[in-house]
Amino acid sequence: MTQPPLSRRHLLARAGLIGCSLAASPLLTPLTFASAPWDGRLVVIILRGGMDGLDVVRPVGDPDFAALRPTLAKGAAPLNLDGFFGLHPALADLMPLWQRGELGFVQAVSTPYRDKRSHFDGQDLLEAGTQTLQGAPRDGWLNRMLQEMPTVTAQTAYGIGQSPLRLLDGAAEVAHWAPDAALRLSPQALQLAELVMEKDPAMQAALAQAQLLSTTKDPSGKGGAAHLHIARFAAQRLRGPARIAAFSINGWDTHRAQARSLPQGLRHLSDTIVTLKNDLGAEIWGKTAVVAITEFGRTARENGTGGTDHGTAGAMVMAGGAIRGGRIYGQWPGLGEHDLYQGRDLMPTGDVRAPVAWIMRGLAGLSTSALNEKVFPGLEMGSDPQILR
Amino acid sequence: MLAALAGPDHIAQAYPIPDFRTVQDRITHIRRFSAFARENPDTTAGKDAAKTAKRARRALAQDNQTWFATALLRRIETRDGLRERLVAFWGDHFTAQGKNGLLRKTGSAYLEEAVRPHLNADFATLLTACVTHPLMLHYLDQNTSAGPNSRAARRQDRRRGLNENLAREVLELHTLGVDGPYGQGDVRQLAELLTGLAATRNYGFKFRRNMAEPGGETVLGKTYDSAASLAPIRAVLSDLARHPATADHIARKLAVHFISDQPSPDLVAHIRAAYLASDGTLSECYAALLDHPDAWAMPARNIRPPEEFISASLRALAIGPAALDALRPAQLRQMFLIPLRLMGQDWQHPAGPDGWPEADNAWITPQGIAARLEWAVNIPARLRADLPDPRVFVQAVLGPNPPPEVVFAAQAAETRSDAIGLILCSPAFQRR
Repeated sequence: MTQPPLSRRHLLARAGLIGCSLAASPLLTPLTFASAPWDGRLVVIILRGGMDGLDVVRPVGDPDFAALRPTLAKGAAPLNLDGFFGLHPALADLMPLWQRGELGFVQAVSTPYRDKRSHFDGQDLLEAGTQTLQGAPRDGWLNRMLQEMPTVTAQTAYGIGQSPLRLLDGAAEVAHWAPDAALRLSPQALQLAELVMEKDPAMQAALAQAQLLSTTKDPSGKGGAAHLHIARFAAQRLRGPARIAAFSINGWDTHRAQARSLPQGLRHLSDTIVTLKNDLGAEIWGKTAVVAITEFGRTARENGTGGTDHGTAGAMVMAGGAIRGGRIYGQWPGLGEHDLYQGRDLMPTGDVRAPVAWIMRGLAGLSTSALNEKVFPGLEMGSDPQILR
Repeated sequence: MLAALAGPDHIAQAYPIPDFRTVQDRITHIRRFSAFARENPDTTAGKDAAKTAKRARRALAQDNQTWFATALLRRIETRDGLRERLVAFWGDHFTAQGKNGLLRKTGSAYLEEAVRPHLNADFATLLTACVTHPLMLHYLDQNTSAGPNSRAARRQDRRRGLNENLAREVLELHTLGVDGPYGQGDVRQLAELLTGLAATRNYGFKFRRNMAEPGGETVLGKTYDSAASLAPIRAVLSDLARHPATADHIARKLAVHFISDQPSPDLVAHIRAAYLASDGTLSECYAALLDHPDAWAMPARNIRPPEEFISASLRALAIGPAALDALRPAQLRQMFLIPLRLMGQDWQHPAGPDGWPEADNAWITPQGIAARLEWAVNIPARLRADLPDPRVFVQAVLGPNPPPEVVFAAQAAETRSDAIGLILCSPAFQRR
């Protein structure tokens, strides 16, 4: 394959053109800074590793609970939620939100994933939002939601952090950035970088986004752990034209010594929610729904090493001023020997996608048919649990 | 390529990294001094011991960063590049990492001991070396797992029991693959069969009979005997290694890693056939991979993962031991370890036992591309004052017919370091 030789002049012209044309690129159409047609804010947190919903939202009122968790029940007492459920003490900082009705949970929910209990397939299905992974679309449900919305721009949705977020993969434009990344090249070097990557669509698109976002400084200038940087960056974007932010919090795979290992993840989650609330400010927080979901719950019984193994149903965490919190949604299946899924896991009584769908319907005005045909194909949404205020 | 791989490991001799046992002795030493210091807090001897432990910890942390540089130098200086790529591949397939301060410094030593010697062996040998390695037993919680009816579990004073973490990952990640023909019952039975694999307090391997589950266990329909010993564990790993589903899984993973995210079914079948015909002899699988036409098809499709992007860049620029040996640990961190994290590959610390992503789009992110550009424009210039003439360099690394836009950028950039960085970040260099 031979290519016609390019003259210096031609290339200069093109390099210049590309440099100027950033403002006209599809990423920066005139609509870019218009706000999306809906005003609610949605933050999706993927809790990777399988959060133990039974330890986070403990069914202390269930007569079978204590016997299943002899070691785990020994530590600090849970904080009373509604008499039946108690909150893990590491989430104490979230109790004020519970009392204001800005924190809620859905218990005993799962994706349709069953039996193999693989983190990686479990997360893939959680992010695909489909019934199965076989023959399913390769995009993610949050991207398909964007595809259903009119006038979405490259600033509407952000995936934040260094690790991939498959729930945002797909045809709709999404911004990806990590708050500690930077691109400090001279203007001319940047133009040449565009030229060099021009024939590689994936690299070209990544570079164009990097240029858009690299001027964004960590808004607070404060230090702190990576998860706080992410929360601050998300809040800063959501105060502007962004409507959706997604990121992950890892560290939930507590096979061993869970009493020591789980609190760390919970503190990250709690600090993240508190930072979002503070940095969003009262007005935006009032329109915000934060949902934190995980690939599966863990075994009802603690294992032989003070931890829990991969299970099925778990809990979903919701926060934000848009949430009708202060209550625990979902149908409690019980923990008796015959109540458990395969005699070992909390029985799923609901699909974790359903509450998420109802939240998206209320926040962004998606139709039920768009939700159960396109965003979550095959989902039975059931009756409206009225999770939003 | 294969002949070099079959020959002696020259580069490891030239650039040595200690094996796990050596590092483990150092950890034992540190822990002894720390323990003595804790027991004798207000004595001179205790304070001296605390100081010794602190010094030894710092030395280990610094050596760990030096081992990063050593591994980098191997990739830069070797004439047997396939060997280094295979160490990275299998080290990732058998991801294991320390979960506490001292053990987090043992990743290089694990590769040296469990992975590197077995690259050409049969898969069962490599599998057994990795799955029974103390770092793996620690990482996936096997060392605390006791059979429910074992003597250790029946003692009343301590609650101990089964942990399925390693058993599940052996089936899902290491052998059959997640679509393989196993169920929860097999996970459970394998977990019981693996009990007894444990470690000493100082992370040496130890088979603990009192933790082993008595009675036979049935995995994939085959019953393994009840001897509380390593023999049935070796037997089940060997059977799993020879299973056709494992052949499928390994063939596909090799094809995806070395050729393309979407390998042709023919390529996968070709490697699989070689695997099955040779009882999982890995050198036969590599030969099958390399003698298939897809291995030589243009254009290059896979993007180099960050670690390889860095080593390939330095190799192309002939930045070797003279420059890297002079770097202090803080400089290694600033020039390599932090940039790698920003590119999405925090050295030796992937998020889970599935290791690093294979999909190109996991690396081609805005933040990842920004980090590659920043590194390529700034760091080589700090390692080599006399950067080559970019107009010559572009031909040298991209061949006789480099893409015209890269040739143009090489001579239009304002500075030599910009030009070199742009060449390194061109798709032609980043993809292979």
